[in-house]
Amino acid sequence: MSATGIGAPVRRKEDHRFITGQGRYTDDINRPGQAHAYFLRSPHAHATLKKIDTMAAAAMPGVLGIFTGDDLAADKVGGLICGWMIHNKDGSPMRAGPHPALAQGKVRYVGDHVAVVVAETLAQARDAAEAIVVDYGVLPAVVDTATAAKAKTQVHAEAPDNTVFNWHLGDRAATDAAFKAAKHVTKLDIVNNRLVPNPMEPRAAVGDYDQGEGAFTLYTTSQNPHVARLVLSAFIGIAPENKLRVIAPDVGGGFGSKIFIYAEETVCVWVAKKVGRPVKWTSDRTEAFLSDAHGRDHVTHAELAMDADGKMLAMRVHTTANLGAYLSTFSSSVPTYLYAPLLSGQYDIPAIYCEVDAVYTNTAPVDAYRGAGRPEATFVVERLVEVAARQLGKDPAKFRTQNFIKKFPHQTPVIMMYDTGNYGASLKKAMEIIDYKGFPKRRRDSARSGKLRGIGFSAYIEACGIAPSAAVGSLGAGVGLWESAEVRVNPIGTIEVLTGSHSHGQGHETTFAQLVSDRLGVPLENVSIVHGDTDKVQMGMGTYGSRSGAVGMSAIFKAIDKVIAKGKKVAAYVLEADEADIDFKDGNFSVKGTDRTLDFGSCALQAYVAHKFNGQDLEPGLKEGAFYDPTNFTFPAGVHICELEIDPDTGVTRIERWAAVDDFGNVINPMIVEGQVHGGIAQGVGQALLEGARYNADGQLVTASFMDYCMPRADDLPSFEVGMTVTPCPSNPLGIKGCGEAGAIASPPAVINAITDALGHEDIAMPATPQAVWRAAQKTLSRMAAE
Amino acid sequence: MANLSMTVNGKAVTANVDPRTLLVQFLRENLRLTGTHVGCDTSQCGACVVHLDGKAVKACTTLALSCEGASVTTIEGLANGGALHPMQEAFREHHGLQCGFCTPGMIMSAVDIVNRRGNDLDEKTIREDLDGNICRCTGYHNIVKAVAAGAEAMAGQGLASKEPPRQAAE
Repeated sequence: MSATGIGAPVRRKEDHRFITGQGRYTDDINRPGQAHAYFLRSPHAHATLKKIDTMAAAAMPGVLGIFTGDDLAADKVGGLICGWMIHNKDGSPMRAGPHPALAQGKVRYVGDHVAVVVAETLAQARDAAEAIVVDYGVLPAVVDTATAAKAKTQVHAEAPDNTVFNWHLGDRAATDAAFKAAKHVTKLDIVNNRLVPNPMEPRAAVGDYDQGEGAFTLYTTSQNPHVARLVLSAFIGIAPENKLRVIAPDVGGGFGSKIFIYAEETVCVWVAKKVGRPVKWTSDRTEAFLSDAHGRDHVTHAELAMDADGKMLAMRVHTTANLGAYLSTFSSSVPTYLYAPLLSGQYDIPAIYCEVDAVYTNTAPVDAYRGAGRPEATFVVERLVEVAARQLGKDPAKFRTQNFIKKFPHQTPVIMMYDTGNYGASLKKAMEIIDYKGFPKRRRDSARSGKLRGIGFSAYIEACGIAPSAAVGSLGAGVGLWESAEVRVNPIGTIEVLTGSHSHGQGHETTFAQLVSDRLGVPLENVSIVHGDTDKVQMGMGTYGSRSGAVGMSAIFKAIDKVIAKGKKVAAYVLEADEADIDFKDGNFSVKGTDRTLDFGSCALQAYVAHKFNGQDLEPGLKEGAFYDPTNFTFPAGVHICELEIDPDTGVTRIERWAAVDDFGNVINPMIVEGQVHGGIAQGVGQALLEGARYNADGQLVTASFMDYCMPRADDLPSFEVGMTVTPCPSNPLGIKGCGEAGAIASPPAVINAITDALGHEDIAMPATPQAVWRAAQKTLSRMAAE
Repeated sequence: MANLSMTVNGKAVTANVDPRTLLVQFLRENLRLTGTHVGCDTSQCGACVVHLDGKAVKACTTLALSCEGASVTTIEGLANGGALHPMQEAFREHHGLQCGFCTPGMIMSAVDIVNRRGNDLDEKTIREDLDGNICRCTGYHNIVKAVAAGAEAMAGQGLASKEPPRQAAE
């Protein structure tokens, strides 16, 4: 391993601009003549729009234009789309209502877009928005996930019973039969609490229209600028792709919430032409709470059947998933194909059946948030397994080991073919790190100081990469989920790599350069990574689902192979040898069995000057592109163990230790991978202990700021003890499985299993706030006193 | 509109601003110093932290006019010419940042912690004193390591507070 190659903890190339304040985020971009947009949002969860009077507002100082849903309709601007078709049990397509970028006739959640004001300054736009008079016909709101289908009020006329789809997966008859034969059944009702992703950079957009070229440019906070261009062109109809450039510059975190194509960027790029000025919008934090797609929000009943020895026989799950007021870009895939196929977890379960009812409510749209479906599945599996172990009187580690899948490949009863893994190895290593054997003594020590100590396991699996394209297409995806790359070698051997992946914190400028440096033997500083601009990178599918390593880097790998192959042809001419006799190693082309060599930079120069070969026999230049589509999903898996202590006097839960052992396959940069694990755990701990988006019965979001929605802070978390095991992934050339979501998937059940272990209770709802834990702890104390 | 003059990163600046202009707007919009970020509107996240006369403040809830005559240091003014401040270097060395959005405020707060608490910081102190800064990417693990290392490196470069460490504001 070289100091900058694959496997080295290289310090990040992108950091210099971020630590010196030179990052360039969307809100940092200012176009000449730029105006500002402000969105008037609905204060009601559900209302008809009887009249919107903009007369007084339009006359306010600095106002350049005020636009509503009627203007969108007049310009034939299409609605926002959901790009994943789900079919009902009876084979009929899901029932979706329209999703205009500015409300037409009705508003359906607090924060829904009523009008946009464009003015010279943001303050003027805000002032004018206050002068718009809207006559709302307020309707009852549908808010509750579990009862939405029974509500008298209908959110969309197109979806009776507020039901988007009734979907299922698995063999119902086989599952029911296994339950009949079971000796023990564990049942659990589970709520997966609704979350707000909250990347620290709020969403933003700058729309620009070049009258001379008849072309639009959109700067936006996107994880996938090419998908944004595709949707804005092909579906919303802003402009054809060749007249629409989408740039996602530095993006300050995404976690899924910046995958989607939202109303605000659609409107900014549309109105830029209407007012003849560049138009900027930047979300404030409360707008982000109201209008960013939320995550999770499942209500589930789950059952696990076992034989007399504790061998798992079958699992049965019913979930109601809240999709909010409109179907966001990938919302329908999250509680279906990103969820139910993961219900086998790391276990050999012969029969699984899962039903999912997806409902509309008068709340913000719900879509992918870090893990997207897989954290919900893991929470179901790992809570069920933990409770089952306790009911059977079995050690939770032994019970898991007994039921682990041990032979690969393994076909689960819910679509997935797990390719490789070693679940026992991760469990063993995590138990060593946490010193599981020493836990009883630590628990006694805590008890002596009046504290309740608990330990919780979580053995998770995820399906990452979200590809192959044909596979996701057969499941309803509207797009292919390959990735593309172009490797441009300059005449003196420096390299630009253009990638369709997008970095918004993941460190691609470093890890992708490490791959190139490793494979081509060039110094790291000679490699630049270009991403996030549809005029530079031809096409790409973006970054989500932990796919940039497994899919994005594999595309680069493939393009590098082509560069080497072309380089060999050039070298053969220069070194006057047969192409078959040319080797490439450590940055040098050489002739087998001789000392004749040509370094990579010289080969590049020869490719461009083209003096040593005939341009008809070999094309000059050294630039290759590749599209890569993997052969399977990847299956990162691991075991996290949380040890915590509860103060029954205050209800405060302190996480004392955290052992995380993950199998991500091969790792390019362990420093960056560990950082991804840390961040994921923090988000999962946030879900388990602190975070919860709450709507009241009227559909008002009562947690719409950082003062009301509890984000994890430094003193809520411990330092983490991270280990790794490696089984290389066989479905891509680098053996990478992906690491971006693991922490967020693994951690919530580890925390809840540990809290319930400490309290001696079967369950506690997320978030397990100090108030909730204190109440539960009082019951524990009275029980202990009674014993 | 009102006249305003202050020193920003060692340079005298004057402007005529709307009285409701916030310090962060003045820095970002008037001076185009976009390293100072806005991550919330309730003074919770700390992405906007700058130093006002040597002490950390949240520029999102400070009126620009209230800084008349003051000296402001932003992330752009922290490095000494070409040489990074030891705290900046420590964040890079310890991977204390991912998306980079909270980073300027985090670094400015970290320097302030050292100014207040001295150069020998334990993990508990760092975690408690970072309670005004939110990071969504790192889980804080590497930020805590970076602040400890940066504090130590500041001592090595004579960047410790010469006065006895100030106590926390409350």
